[in-house]
Amino acid sequence: MSMAGIFKPYLMKIEHIIDETPDVKTMRLAFADEQEGRNFAFRTGQFGEYSVFGEGECTFCIASPPTRRGYIECTFRKMGRVTSSLAGLEPGETIGFRGPYGNIFPIHEWEKKNLLFIAGGIALPPMRSVIWNVLDLRDRYKDITIVYGARTVADLVYKRELTEWAGRADVKVITTVDPGGETEDWKGEIGFVPTVLDKAAPAIASRDTVAVVCGPPVMIKFTFPVLTKLGFKPEAIFTTLENRMKCGVGKCGRCNVGKYFVCKDGPVFTLAQLKDMPQEY
Amino acid sequence: MESDKKLIGRSELEKLFSQWQSQGTRILAPKKNNDTIDFALVTTLAEVSLDQVQTVQSAKTSVFPRVEELFSFTSRDGRVVIRERDRNALPATVLFGVRPCDAAAFAALKAIFTWDSPDDLFSARMEKMTVIAVSCARADAYCFCTSVGGGPGATAGSDMLLTETGPGEYLAEIVSEKGLMAVGETSGLRPCPANVNKEAHLAKLEPAFAREKVAPALARLFDDAAFWAEQSLRCLGCGACAYVCPTCACFDIQDEGGGSGQRLRCWDSCGFGLFTLHTSGHNPRPVQSQRWRQRLMHKFAYMPERQQVLGCVGCGRCSRACPVDMNILEHVRSITEAKP
Ligand SMILES: Cc1cc2nc3c(=O)[nH]c(=O)nc-3n(C[C@H](O)[C@H](O)[C@H](O)COP(=O)(O)OP(=O)(O)OC[C@H]3O[C@@H](n4cnc5c(N)ncnc54)[C@H](O)[C@@H]3O)c2cc1C
Ligand code: SF4
Ligand code: SF4
Ligand code: FES
Repeated sequence: MSMAGIFKPYLMKIEHIIDETPDVKTMRLAFADEQEGRNFAFRTGQFGEYSVFGEGECTFCIASPPTRRGYIECTFRKMGRVTSSLAGLEPGETIGFRGPYGNIFPIHEWEKKNLLFIAGGIALPPMRSVIWNVLDLRDRYKDITIVYGARTVADLVYKRELTEWAGRADVKVITTVDPGGETEDWKGEIGFVPTVLDKAAPAIASRDTVAVVCGPPVMIKFTFPVLTKLGFKPEAIFTTLENRMKCGVGKCGRCNVGKYFVCKDGPVFTLAQLKDMPQEY
Repeated sequence: MESDKKLIGRSELEKLFSQWQSQGTRILAPKKNNDTIDFALVTTLAEVSLDQVQTVQSAKTSVFPRVEELFSFTSRDGRVVIRERDRNALPATVLFGVRPCDAAAFAALKAIFTWDSPDDLFSARMEKMTVIAVSCARADAYCFCTSVGGGPGATAGSDMLLTETGPGEYLAEIVSEKGLMAVGETSGLRPCPANVNKEAHLAKLEPAFAREKVAPALARLFDDAAFWAEQSLRCLGCGACAYVCPTCACFDIQDEGGGSGQRLRCWDSCGFGLFTLHTSGHNPRPVQSQRWRQRLMHKFAYMPERQQVLGCVGCGRCSRACPVDMNILEHVRSITEAKP
């Protein structure tokens, strides 16, 4: 008998690599076993454990939308041991992936509403999955607005897609860089995300609108009050948490915030939920 | 099944040991090694030490080894082959001579490993293990099983419980099919006469705190930073408490051996500062008082709520092992007595 244990990863072939910034890459991964690939299903917001054999595992969200079948994508920043060795791999090489884990962005509950996506820095990957997901189902949603900021122009990820989204008549895109992070030909906004959001507010409907906020803790901290001021209810504000994880399946004891497992009950939480949780994220 | 009560003598037990041996079942039991008594492989009853109150280490290694290979892999020229562990090759085990608290601890471990996404490697080890516990005739100042729902003669988690009722004579309570199987066809098991009084042979241990008060008190105290700072002032964050604990199950996953190696699961502890540290440097629990609070919250509040089982069986090991004498019994008692 040889059963598949819960920690056994799928073998994934790196199909394609995009250098987003000097230290951020996007990888397209195809299932080495095509049958496994056909059976694989996930929903937007979920994450996985990606591994370089011999180096270890690390946690990234699935950055592609479930509406695009046959592959998954991840976008990661080179940080430590595993991400550094992952960044050194070439197309054709094999890595491990186990998942999908965690809960989802409830996009079916958002139908017929306006959507406001607010992201900062490297936190665009989980956002990219849900943005493509709703754009692939565009007629189910009303206005879609994307506010994205990074420290400098060089730190903006998904530049091609930002251009593509900005070019669409049915999406409004506002990009910004921190003061001092602009280049001479920068045409976007200059300023921190919460400030730019506040300034753009008159053009953003807050009634019947769901806000999704992903970014570094400071950005999130200063964005919530702006949204609250604009009239967003805590139940209508979504974010994702990134507590450190190992198992992804509610066992290793690492990711919890109070009684909640970020890997099981999250990573997607509403502001209403966060208000009831201890500050352990 | 309803528990079946018999009497068994030491010589019949000795025969059971050789019966298990001949079936190829490994026997883990408390064994003296220099000055410490810990679980080790034994072949005969004579090697087993039953006089101590507790072993230093718990018996959790039997189902949750300190380091466990999850699978192995070979990686060459971009091609990877994964080899899973053969569950059939896991050893059939009799765990003999655990205390009732340790037997009860398997329920907590099982809850963690199977509450969601069942871990089949853990379950396979559990399935292949028979737990034969021995009641406690003595308790020490660190024991508090009766405060957390257990008792010196409790049968929860055991397949068979032995209580010494006289020199070399045991009351055997067979509480599960596995217990029945372990006894097999052995002759020498005698019906238990009605006048055998189990209670008379058990340690007396009054509950030290009211169990139902712990979780509400913890919830009330959660944000009281000064309380937790005082509670944990001495804690070194060494993790010894978690390593000796029969219910602590936090782990890490690491690769070893380069391109052709193993993915390993290794014990870890929420008491370590690195446990929750992000690569960015951000740490959701940056100070020791938060980590000590986490240890107590996890065992006495989160597990009962999420997995319907307490994460502490009152074995007292953490208190005995702590280099700075943190006594969990005292801490929990002070939590239940803290003024709102
Ligand atoms: C739900 C979730 C989604 C994430 N999505 C992305 C993503 O899409 N793109 C991306 O670049 N990063 C993402 N991260 C962060 C990413 O997991 C870490 O940057 C990465 O694991 C660092 O690994 P390393 O081995 O290079 O670093 P090391 O410091 O060498 O890592 C050591 C260990 O710490 C863990 N670890 C370190 N930092 C973090 C962290 N911030 N969060 C969780 N675990 C950590 C790793 O799992 C690893 O096992 C996500 C984290 C979580 C929890
Ligand atoms: S054994 Fe004692 S000092 Fe070490 S982590 Fe546990 S409570 Fe702290
Ligand atoms: S927390 Fe301490 S007393 Fe409770 S089960 Fe663990 S080691 Fe035993
Ligand atoms: S990542 Fe292990 S419990 Fe959540």
